[in-house]
Amino acid sequence: MTVSDGQGELKFGAGGKPITAKGESLWADAMRRLLRNKAAVVGGSIVILLFLAAIFAPVVAIKSFEEQVLKDQNTVPEWIISVFPSIEPYARINNDYPFGADYVGRDLFSRIVYGARISLSVALIGPIISMIIGVIYGSISGFFGGRVDNVMMRIVDILYAFPSLLFIILLMAFFRSTLTVIEEGTFAWYMAELDEALGGMFFIFVGIGLTAWQTMARLTRGQVLSVREKEFIEAAHTIGASNIRIMFKHILPNIMGPLIVAETLAIPGYISTEAFLSFIGLGVNPPTPSWGTLISDGSGVIRTYPSQAIFPALALAITMFAFNFLGDGLRDALDPRLRGTQ
Amino acid sequence: MGRYIARRLLYMIAVLLVVSIITFGLMHAVPGGPFDKEKPLPEEILANLNAKYNLDAPLWKQYILYMYDVTIPQFSTQEPTSALADDALLIFNVGSVWVRWMNFGPSYASRSRTVNDIFRDQLPVSFQLGVMALLVGLLIGMPLGVLAGLKQNTIFDYFGMGIAIIGVSVPVIVAGPLLIWIFGVALKWLPPTGWGAKPPYLLGFLPETGLTWEFFKYAIMPSVALGTGTSAVIARLTRASLLQTTREDYIRTARSKGLSERVVIGRHALKNSLIPVVTILGPLFAALVTGTFVTELVFGIPGMGKYFVTSITNRDYPVIMGTILLYAIFLVVANLVVDLTYAFLDPRIRFD
Repeated sequence: MTVSDGQGELKFGAGGKPITAKGESLWADAMRRLLRNKAAVVGGSIVILLFLAAIFAPVVAIKSFEEQVLKDQNTVPEWIISVFPSIEPYARINNDYPFGADYVGRDLFSRIVYGARISLSVALIGPIISMIIGVIYGSISGFFGGRVDNVMMRIVDILYAFPSLLFIILLMAFFRSTLTVIEEGTFAWYMAELDEALGGMFFIFVGIGLTAWQTMARLTRGQVLSVREKEFIEAAHTIGASNIRIMFKHILPNIMGPLIVAETLAIPGYISTEAFLSFIGLGVNPPTPSWGTLISDGSGVIRTYPSQAIFPALALAITMFAFNFLGDGLRDALDPRLRGTQ
Repeated sequence: MGRYIARRLLYMIAVLLVVSIITFGLMHAVPGGPFDKEKPLPEEILANLNAKYNLDAPLWKQYILYMYDVTIPQFSTQEPTSALADDALLIFNVGSVWVRWMNFGPSYASRSRTVNDIFRDQLPVSFQLGVMALLVGLLIGMPLGVLAGLKQNTIFDYFGMGIAIIGVSVPVIVAGPLLIWIFGVALKWLPPTGWGAKPPYLLGFLPETGLTWEFFKYAIMPSVALGTGTSAVIARLTRASLLQTTREDYIRTARSKGLSERVVIGRHALKNSLIPVVTILGPLFAALVTGTFVTELVFGIPGMGKYFVTSITNRDYPVIMGTILLYAIFLVVANLVVDLTYAFLDPRIRFD
């Protein structure tokens, strides 16, 4: 999180109560509280470590994640046998692979490390997309109010009635099949090419964005409604500030806290959505490793080689833990009165 | 109250119409048809098949025909035969008149089963799993939340909320394989996959064998895997709501009257703090019933999940459309019921 400048005059917390006692900015104050929260610090450190591992994946995992060494398929190192004694009758020992090799002889450790790239991209891009759509939509709705607000919010209500998991499955099926048969040079073709280049991640972002922004829009609208009647907004109107300036300069900075908290707490949901889509085969394109694909592959052999499913499952769980702890900590730091309410 | 319900029902119909139009459009926008095989069918046969299922008609006409079958009840004086054309999800008689309502049409992938058959056989399984998961969520979540709320900032509170974070951090695709391995493969206590109830069902949705170990031994792992996330949500909400309630004036009044702590908490605080919990049960249950899809795939349970995913790859339009519509109906009805319960629980809320 960045500590933004030029907001020294910001004297209002999320609920409109003065928070800063010593002229300290809201963000510096929140940062101090965040660093005092042990669980959040642990979560944050894990997140940073995960990001480092994902960025420097070629250094962390020396072996290739896609090279198939058929003679090594389903081999495990000795330490795994001591943890999972039931493997012993089936397994061939090969200490070259720290977590063993999968059913076609690919290094499981490399696949998990590279898999972090997918989950973390979703953790990074998912909030950005749903923030952009949701905040723009919600602030227009809240700022103009009246009939505009009514119509816009009814649309959100209708989208809420979609069973979102079913909808995202349908959307992914639509993207995956339609855009492969269209002619070159069109907009859709460029989107499909982009998706191809990103190993299938682009449409996952679009799918998550399209189903996740409504919550953000509702939250933003509520926040805008609560702030726009405040005196300092009235003051801005009287000195002739334009709507756009008021929106960006006065309203948005004041409602950012709750929005950031909501998005951080939504990240585990995005991560598990991607993992689920990859699990059912509508996610990333093979051989790009995603934790969902790895768990799906591993589940097939769970009776014989449980480690192949359990290691990626643990990686996914640890990542979600870390983001949840960080999100909880952020919420407490940005608005201490909300502790434990969401 | 009556006017409020009428308005809500009208609104629900509008929502369902929009959902059906979007789904129909999206579904038909996916290239390829239900009869595209790797070895293409002869053109005449394809034309015949398309004509049989009205797939050669313009889209708007197909949509209207479909919606007509689903929404308009059919009356006849003769008992419907078992022919596919006579099938419907709801068939019942009022006196001598037979009513057939909600015909979701044939399944393109199967000659012998209609979408109604699929719903009749598979939906109860998803429903049983959803109910079980909600029970797990309530049984774990409420006590944890109450304990944490009553003993705020003690070891109980931290323990309860720690469990809650674990609950939300372990999605079904993580919990599933772990549980299967521990209890199904390593300890061999429970069957790793499958489901204990088969059609026909008691009253249309209950397992015929009754709620015996035969049913539970299959249901325990999937419902725990699915329900832990819910239990976390319920625990956090119960705690927050209880904390807020215990600071209300009427609780102070109750205490100052000299009522025992047990009565104050049991009769006054707990009951009132449950209102927000009840309101979230509708959306939670709806989320659970759609969430069963993942769980069904992980545990190999013969519910709607598998049918929905394969129907999309097969372009089995009636199955896709029917499933999404049915779940959307379920979602809006659940929300309406919750709003009405809300008014019932809190007399301050009126719908005028």
